[in-house]
This record gives sequence, structure tokens and C-alpha cells, in this order.
Amino acid sequence: MIARRTLGGRRECAFGPTCVAWGPGAAIGRRRAITSQLISANHDGQGASGEASRRPLLDVEGLAVEFTTGAGRLRAVDGLSISVAPGETLAIVGESGSGKSVSALSIMRLLPGRIARVVSGSIQFDGRDLRSMSDAEIRKVRGSQISMIFQEPMSSLNPILTIGYQITEPLRIHTGVSKEKARERAVELMRMVGIPDAERRLDQYPHQFSGGMRQRVMIAIGLACNPRMIIADEPTTALDVTIQAQILELLKNLSRDLGIALIVITHNLGVVARYADRVAVMYAARLVEEGAAEEIFARPRHPYTMGLLRSVPRLDRPRTGRLQTIDGLPPNLAKAPEGCRFAPRCPFRIDMCSKVPPLEPTDTGARSACFRWQEIADGAIRWEGEPDGGKVALERGKPLLSVKNLRKHFPVSGGMFGKPGVVKAVEDVSFDIARGETLGLVGESGCGKTTVGRLLLGLEDPSAGEISFAGTDLLAAGGDARKDLRRKIQVIFQDPYSSLNPRMTIGQIIGEPLRVYKLAKGPDGERNRVLELLGQVGLRPEMIDRYPHQLSGGQRQRVGIARALAIEPDFIVCDEAVSALDVSIQGQIINLLEDLQRRLGLTFLFIAHDLAVVRHISNRVAVMYLGRIMELADRDELYSNPLHPYTKLLLDAAPVPDPVVEKQRAARLIKGDLPSPVNPPKGCVFHTRCPMAVKECGEVIPQLEAKKDGHFAACIRV
Amino acid sequence: MTDIAAATQAPRRNRFLSSVAGFARQQPVGAVSLFIILAMLFASIFASWVAPYHPLDTDFMAILTAPSWEHLAGTDTFGRDVFSRLIHGARTALVIGITASLLGCTAGALLGAASAYFGGRIDAVIQRIVDLLLSFPLVVLALVIAAVIGRQLVFGIDMGLVLAIAIPIVPQVSRVIRASALSVRSMAYIDAARVAGYSHTRIILRHMAPNLVAPFLIMVTAYVAQAILLEASLSFLGLGVVEPTPAWGLMLSGNATDYFISAPWLIIFPGLAISIAVIAFNLFGDALRDWLDPKFTT
Amino acid sequence: MLSYVVRRILMMIPTLLGVAIITFFILRVVPGDIVEVKMRGDGAIVSVEAIEAERKRLGLDQPLGTQFVNWMTGLVTFDFGNSMWTGRPVIQEIAGRFALTFQTAILATLFAVLVAVPLGTVSALWRGSWIDYTMRLVTMGGLALPTFWVGLLLLMGLLWAFNWLPPLTFTPFFSDPMKNLSQLIWPAMVVGYRFASVLARLIRSSLLEILGEDFIRTARAKGASERRVIGLHALSNALLPAITVVGLEFAFLIGGLVVTEQVFNLNGLGKLFIQAIKNNDYTMIQGMVMMFAAIYVVANLVVDLLYAAIDPRVRYR
Repeated sequence: MIARRTLGGRRECAFGPTCVAWGPGAAIGRRRAITSQLISANHDGQGASGEASRRPLLDVEGLAVEFTTGAGRLRAVDGLSISVAPGETLAIVGESGSGKSVSALSIMRLLPGRIARVVSGSIQFDGRDLRSMSDAEIRKVRGSQISMIFQEPMSSLNPILTIGYQITEPLRIHTGVSKEKARERAVELMRMVGIPDAERRLDQYPHQFSGGMRQRVMIAIGLACNPRMIIADEPTTALDVTIQAQILELLKNLSRDLGIALIVITHNLGVVARYADRVAVMYAARLVEEGAAEEIFARPRHPYTMGLLRSVPRLDRPRTGRLQTIDGLPPNLAKAPEGCRFAPRCPFRIDMCSKVPPLEPTDTGARSACFRWQEIADGAIRWEGEPDGGKVALERGKPLLSVKNLRKHFPVSGGMFGKPGVVKAVEDVSFDIARGETLGLVGESGCGKTTVGRLLLGLEDPSAGEISFAGTDLLAAGGDARKDLRRKIQVIFQDPYSSLNPRMTIGQIIGEPLRVYKLAKGPDGERNRVLELLGQVGLRPEMIDRYPHQLSGGQRQRVGIARALAIEPDFIVCDEAVSALDVSIQGQIINLLEDLQRRLGLTFLFIAHDLAVVRHISNRVAVMYLGRIMELADRDELYSNPLHPYTKLLLDAAPVPDPVVEKQRAARLIKGDLPSPVNPPKGCVFHTRCPMAVKECGEVIPQLEAKKDGHFAACIRV
Repeated sequence: MTDIAAATQAPRRNRFLSSVAGFARQQPVGAVSLFIILAMLFASIFASWVAPYHPLDTDFMAILTAPSWEHLAGTDTFGRDVFSRLIHGARTALVIGITASLLGCTAGALLGAASAYFGGRIDAVIQRIVDLLLSFPLVVLALVIAAVIGRQLVFGIDMGLVLAIAIPIVPQVSRVIRASALSVRSMAYIDAARVAGYSHTRIILRHMAPNLVAPFLIMVTAYVAQAILLEASLSFLGLGVVEPTPAWGLMLSGNATDYFISAPWLIIFPGLAISIAVIAFNLFGDALRDWLDPKFTT
Repeated sequence: MLSYVVRRILMMIPTLLGVAIITFFILRVVPGDIVEVKMRGDGAIVSVEAIEAERKRLGLDQPLGTQFVNWMTGLVTFDFGNSMWTGRPVIQEIAGRFALTFQTAILATLFAVLVAVPLGTVSALWRGSWIDYTMRLVTMGGLALPTFWVGLLLLMGLLWAFNWLPPLTFTPFFSDPMKNLSQLIWPAMVVGYRFASVLARLIRSSLLEILGEDFIRTARAKGASERRVIGLHALSNALLPAITVVGLEFAFLIGGLVVTEQVFNLNGLGKLFIQAIKNNDYTMIQGMVMMFAAIYVVANLVVDLLYAAIDPRVRYR
């Protein structure tokens, strides 16, 4: 309780400058003027005064949620205590299965009743207990006092109702406004969330909106009744980084201007650092640390938080060495370990950790669920780094793989009413990769980076261009020669679920190429080689007889790597190979890939949308936009000195897991949405969204040319 | 979950036994229906021993007698024992049902898989024909085919009838298998196999086919039910099995309405036999689907 | 929209042409010959000359190609030729029986929709309850029990209970609705039982799937009442696939009442079709198959247009 009070005090200080500048009361007053006749119930007599902003709006104590599954009962949330004040942003972070989404849904009482149950704890919202409310009462809170925004904008809107209807639906439910008034309000809301051409778009349907626009619609729905709190569950996970920045800036500004309490649930530490005032870190259904964002990032007092922060690569810093990962996997909640759930993976565990550690206030004003937080604070416990193997020296000169003027056009049918067209997925792409090098290929979804990978792998035939590998033209080479060369190029896919044949054992999956290409002598030789490969990718030998569905995501990805290695390739295309994995597992796989590269002299094309990961693993990086390479340079050169306006904006949009850095950065957003690849802009494909564009940019197609030594950019304005 | 993990490590024979046990535990309804199916199979294979009378033996002293211990399901207008005819009818129903379903599903699966694998023009042509065939009710198609082919006895089975039942199944099965094959083909592990440079044969047989076996087995079971129903309908219409072969549908055809009052057992029992057989195969198919669904084995 | 309708109507032509080609040529490989069946049917001794003459009269002596062209030119002007059995125009034979079959199909569809929509919905909403299990048991019966048996049982029940059987002659609905319904309601219910079972199961699974969708959670998060969530958001989406099934099953009923008409001794299209098959009446079979195909194609078109009207995703694609 003491901790709670001190926190409350701190919160007001942290909020101070914003209070003066914007004044939640003033902002609400302004907004009230516009819509006072529409909404009268919500904010009257509360919310605007300073007294209210000091008091937490939401106060959750000891929340526990149980799920009944086929394997028995499990606690998805176990003793969660959090609070949020008006105008404040609380981020709940954690890996998948940590219970963060379940917590959010249980606050709204939206958990599926037949399998999930809140077993204990209290949820106080504005002095009222949400847990003990009747169904009718909680419905009055939902959508009017508390709104929620979900992860999947694509499926969160009803496909057969107009956008206008869906935005005004909360008004229809909670207030008795007329149709005309509701429509006026919808237009106003759409303007507020930045949807252009609101009057016309009101009558359109969800499928006519892009993902980013749909998420804006979701926010407009959330704002319709002037809620006092918004819960956003992974609101930008399904969106590209430039759209993510737009959406989060919008949410943050609305929260600040209107004094709305905001809970953001995310796994992205950069998002937390940029937008959160307070952070709650969850691990295996429990809260492990909670406190002010600056403190949690600067002085974590729980080993899991420390490990998590160390295992993410940094976008804004040169590579300092090997990623520092947390060993092992998160526990299975159905048979979770006694005591501290993190203990099995914790390098500092002691006997005491077999008891459940209480959440105690620490020196930083945060609360930590670790018995040894004092020792962490004293610096007595430090997480030692491993030595970095470094990157191998590259032999420049003749490249291992060389791509010239590669093109790939896909025909598309125009649907029921449209005309057929062509998607220019890859347009005039050229690059070289030296032996032992890693070339990073980044870009937003639909930029053609995956197609480039599929062209190199021979999964698609190029429409034009050359691909030469080890000095031989892959497209001209015929028959067996081509097959032998192709085999030297292997792949690791993104989705660890669909990339392994569910009807084959791990041993069969890895052993198949050995048998087909006679790479091992006899059944014993094959078995030994499979075991060797399993060891190389860090899997235990008994995995050999398992089926893919018995493995975790990270383990499957390791099997995928072993399968690629079995063919003894020189070159591996890593297509979003770590994107589907949780942060702590992602670090492990990145380290594994780098170790293998060093040991086996492999060359990688590393395709990803995560700019920080690409910076960490690559020697050079190419940035793609709408089928073309915009910029290509050495990684540190590209990240510290980007030339192309698109690269600059892309780097600005991606938040860094460091609140100090983030609070200083101004928001620079790319305007607008990605143009359709069926009908890309003429001239420079980026000119429609480019802040530096001049008239000429719409006419001339800029060529990728050397602006400095080894630094290429396709822009006439550089 | 754990028993499957154990099963995969156990020797092969135990694995079979334990998976049968696992099926019975997870799908009790499926196990019961499997038991009924096996019982019917047994009765039809050993019909001559199981049935108390010969199905064609007439007894003019006992015409239209009501069910009794002597004649469990009564006798018909010729004094033939209805129960014995039902047991021999099971043989007709199962032989025709299973042959037709296997034939139709296999042809449909091959067509669907080929359509999905080759794609392009071949796919378009096959799909057009399938569309055409799908625009007729099952019975109409079966009737036309039955009329076109006529009676063709092979090993005592009317292959004309079997084909009349099997062919209408083909387009339906090919649709489903094509969709499954397309979804399997888009899986990343197929891409991985292509990147590994494996031959088409290996990719089809080793990577695609095993993943299509489950939907295929489910369809074969479900279509046995459909085929039994269709055979009964055709026989009822007088265009399927012909006298004196004992067949369930045939036992209800003709002037059955005359016996509403005098001999209702002539109507009740054959229909009951058809219904039980169809329900058993339907339920077994459902249970098989739930059991083979990967979601249930994780 | 109009251009879409026109294009869809034009697309019907190749389909129907395909059906025409396939039925015509497949029927010519039939082993039996109508003339022989007709004239020697009762074991009568007929001279070869007489048979040849009859062949010539029916136009069966001409080359296949010519026969096909003649038939096709007739089709374009809605002349389906004359029945080889009765000698009367095919179209006339069909017209005389169409009303009965069409009305039975409509009644069966109405019955099915009225029963299946509430049943499927309730079953999905109370999944796992006794209502759900009962509904699944009853619909399992609808799929498994042979229609002719259900029909026989129904007739038997009527006879036992009321000592009454439905009338055998068809009375048009508008001349005496009660008499008409007292004949047709029974076959309609028997067929409707199977139809309703298919539909109720579809609605149940479709509604369960929709209830798991994200936008249902969105609606709940807005504070919508369960009535609004289910009535407005869930059912409207869940009933979309039911439109297809209702449309196509209705089309199938026109040809698929064969068995039911036999049981209830109704002189409808099904019975006509059976006779045509038994008699190897080529022109009749061809004509009827063409009609079944045309009805299916039209039903398909109606379903697609309905979809375009209801589902914005289809309309604007």
C-alpha cells in the first residue's frame, strides 16, 4: 500500500508538464463544446478536476483467471495488480501466453464464459466494482466508459455493415441520439482519427479500407461515446511500421488531449518505450515487475526484465556483439513450476526461488517480484555477456550470388467488375552478395522482398533479369547442373507451423535429403548425421522421433534450420525467419544463425521487416519499396546516415526500446497509405508519400546509383 | 496427448492396438458405430451361417406371418423369412455401397489431385466438367447412368449399378480433394521440398499424398452411407438390384402400401436396416474426422 | 450491376450447351433401343420392316450429327421434340406435371427454412445442451433415413391414426387450396425433413464459426446486448451461406422428387422421368435433363444475384 501511494505521487509529477501544456480539463472542455449535446452522461461532474486525475481510474487487485482446457485447468492470469490514472498510458508487456490479452479481456468481462472464469481479485473502475456488476450494468460500461481496440483490424469489423453504422453503433446503444446527429458525430470522429473524405467513406464497407484505415475506424468506434479509458490489445502488431507509428501517435495524442486512460498491450519494447508512462511486465501469467517506463528500462529490478531488454537488438546503435539471450523456454502453464516461474531460466536463482516471490516496492519506485531485487539494485548481480564471435572477414571481389535487373510480374484478375492487371512485385532489382556475407532485405509488406527470395530459390520464374550463382547463370544452366547448383541455395521460412510436414518425424524431415542425395552412409550414418545436425541447432537427441506438433515454435524453427543444413548449402534465404517468434526465442535463433554462418561459412539473404534485427545480423542492407530497391549500403552507414527519404522515414517510424531516446525524438510520420502495387505511381514510386518530392519525381524513374563509396540510393533529390 | 507421444515410440503392432484403444476412448460414439459396421460385415460375410433360413426359400404354409421366435422379423407374401433376407440384404448393401464408394472416391480423388497439381488449363477443363455434373440431383444422374450402362454382372455384382452410384460421387469428391490438395500445396513444407530439389514423384507421394489420406478416408466412409442410401433408392424405384436378390430397398418397392395394416413389419424392418447402416457409417465418418483432425492430436 | 447480370446470363449458354452435348451423345450409347422395347416389349413378334419403318418415323435412321442439329435447332425455339413413347410433344408432357412438382418443392423449401433457421440458431447458441443434442439426433435422422421409408411410415401413420390416406389426384392450388394441400403437404414434409436437416446443420456450424469471429467481440466491446450481437451481427453473416444451399437444394428438388413421388403416387416430373428411363424414351430424357439443368443454372444465377445484393464484399469486388 505504501508503494502504491508513493507511485501515485510520482505519477502526478511525471504527468506535470503535460498537464500544464495541454490540461486534460481544458482539452475535455474543448471537446465537450463540440459534442455536449450528444454525450452528457459520461464526463459530467467528474474527470475534469485535478482530484480525479490523481486518483487511479482503474485499479485491479489480485486478479486471477482460470481456463478449463482438455488438459485440465490452468491459470492464465495469476495475481495481477495494476492501476491506471486518467491521461496516463500503461503498457502491459509479455511474450505470447503470458496472460496479457486475457487480463485485458477480463477487465472488460469479455472472456468466453464457457471456458474462462475470473476466480479472484477485484476490478475497480472509477470506484465501481466491475466484477460484481450485472450483465446489463457491465454492458453500459463497455463502449461508453471503456473501449477496446483489437489486434486484427482486418477481422474486427463486421463485413456486411457500413463503416458509418459501425462507428455510430455505440451511440445508438448508449444514447438516444437521432440518425442525423449520429452521422454528424461519425464524420467528426473520422476526421479526428484522420480518415480523409469522411462523408463519402461513411457509406463504404470494411473491405474497401486498408488495414491502417480499419484500425483508425476501430479507434473512432472506441471514441464514439467519449470513453474514459481505452484498452488497445496489440493494436499495431498486424500493421507495417510506418502505419504503426501513425496509429500509435494518434492514440497517444487522443489520450493526452482528452484525458483518456490508455492501456496498451504489446510485445514490442520499442512501442513501450515510446508511448508508455508506466509498464507492467508479465511472465507466465504473473506480473514480475511494474513501474514508471523510464525506470523499468534504465534500472530493471527483475532478472526477466533485464534479460528481455538485453535480448532485443537496437536499431539506433551499432552492433555491440552477440545478442544476450535468456536460455530455455517459457513454462507450460498447465504444469507451471512451483515458486518463481522464471527461476528455471534465471541465472541468479537460489534455493529461496522455489517459493513464490511477493511483488515488493524497490528503490526505483517500481515493484518487482524477485527476492534478490536489492542485490540487483546494489549491482551485486550482473548479467554477464558472452564473447562475440564477430563477423567473418569477407572476400570482396567476385560475388557468390549476383542478381541483375530482376523482374517479376504477376497477372491479377480484376474480380467481378474490374479489369485484369499486372502486379509488378519485383521491378529492376540488382545486387551482389559476397561469400560469407549477410545481406539484409527490408521493407514493408507487399514491397516484393519475399518474391525476391522466392525467385532466388527457384520457386518462381522471373519475368526478366539474371541470377548468377557461383559464377554460373542459374536461369541459362540446364538440367542436372542447374539442379546441383540450386541445391546449394536453401531456405528457412517464417511460419514454423506450416514449414514442417506434419506426417513426418523430425528424424525423417532432417534425414530425407541425406537419403535422397546419398549424403550419409547407410541407415547408421544417416542417423548419426541427423543427431549431429540436431546438436548443431541445439536440439536434444530424443527429438528425432517426435512429430512437429509436439514441438514449440522455436524448436520447429531449429528443425527448419537443420533441414536446410542437411543439404549442405552455401547460401540460405532466411525469409522472415525470426518474425513469428517471441523476443527471447528470437534472440536465440539469431545467435544460432550467426554461429552457423561463422562455423560453416554460410552466406545469407536475410529478409525481414524488423529493422533492428536486420541491423544486428547483416553486413549490408537493402531497402525495398513497391518492388524496387530504394537504398543499399553497409549496415552502420545506412542506419546512421540514411540518404533516401524513404529510409529516413522508415527509421524514424520504428521506435527504439529506450524511453530516454524516444522522448527526445520528434514524431515524423510518413503520410498516407501504401499505393496499390497494381497501379503504382509513375516516376519514383515513393513520390506520392515523399516529403522531398518535386514535380520531376513524378516523371523520372530514379536509378540506384552510388552516392558515396558503397552507398547506393535511388533518388534524384540526394 | 501423452498416449500419442507414447504411441509413436512404441513398436508398430502396439501402436496399432493403442491407437484403436485411443480412438475408442476419445470417440465412444465412433467406437459404437464401428462395432455396428463390423457386426454387419461379419453377418454379411457369413450370411449363410448367420441367417436362420435361406433367403429365397418360400414357405406357403407361413405367408405373411407376424414376427415370432420362429421368424424374428416375420415372413413376406411368399412366406420367405424377412430376417434372413435382411441379413443377405446387408451383403448386397455393403458390397455395392463399399465398392461404389471406394471406386467413386478413388476416381474423384485422383481427378481432384490431378486438377490441383497440374493447374492451369487442365484444371479449368476438369472443373468445367465437374460443374456440369454437379448441376444434377444425385438420383437423376444415377438413374441416367444406370439406364445407359444397364445390368453388367461381374462376379455376381451388378457393375452397372455400382457405376451408376459411383460416378455421381466422383465430382463431389474431386471438389473436396482438389481444395485440400491446393491447401497442402501452398504449405511452406512443399516449398521447402521443392527448394531441396526433390522429384515431382517424391513431392507428390511423400509430402502431399500422406496429408490427403485423412480427408480421403473420411470421405470413403461418409460416401459408403450415401451409396447405401442411393442403392436402396434405385432398388426401390425398380432400377437397381432386381429380384430375387435380397436387397433392402427392393423389399420396400412395389405394392408395399397394401401391407400397411396386414403386415407392417414388411415396411418397418427393411427401412430400419437401411437407417442403422447409414447412421453407423455417418457417425463413424464424423468420429474419424474428429480423430484425424490434427487439432485433436496436438 | 446490369452489365454483371447480362454477363451472368450469357455465361449460362455454354453451360447449357455442354449439358446438351453430353446428354445427347451419352444417350446414344444406350444398349436398348426404344423401338424394340416399344414394339417387342410384351414378347410380340414384329417384323424387321415394321421396326425399320418406326425408326424412320422417329428420325432414328439419320446420322447422329443430323439428329443432334435437328434437336438443337428445336431447343432454341423451345421445341423439345415429341416423346418417342407417347408421341406427344415433350414440352406438353412436362407442362402437365410441372405444377405439382414445383409446388411440392416450394412447400418443402418453406417447411425446411421455417424449421431449420430457428432450430440451427438455437442449437448453436446452446451448444452442448440437451436442445443441441436433440437437434443433432433429429437431423442425423433426416440425413440417414431413406425418404421413401419416411414417406411410407407417414402414410402408414395416417392410415392407422385417421383411417385416411391423402387424395391421389392433383387439384390445382387455386381451384381448391385445402384439397391441394391435403395431398401435397405430406410429401413436402417428408422431403422437407431431409432438407431442413441439411440446412439446420449448416446454420448451426456457420453460426458457431461467426460467433468466434473478431467482429463479434468488437460488438460486445461496444456494449451491445446479446440480442443485438446475435440478431444483427452474427445471424446476418451466418445466414449468407444458407442462401446458396436453399437455392440449389430447391433446384435439385425439381428433379430429385423422383422417389417421393413414387411413394405418394404423385403424377409429377419424377414419375415422368422414371417412365422415360424405363422406356428408353430418348427425347423425353433429353428434354427433362435439359430442363433440370436449366432450372439449376437459373437458381444459381438467382443465388449469385441475391449474394451481390446482400454481401457488399461481392458487390464491390
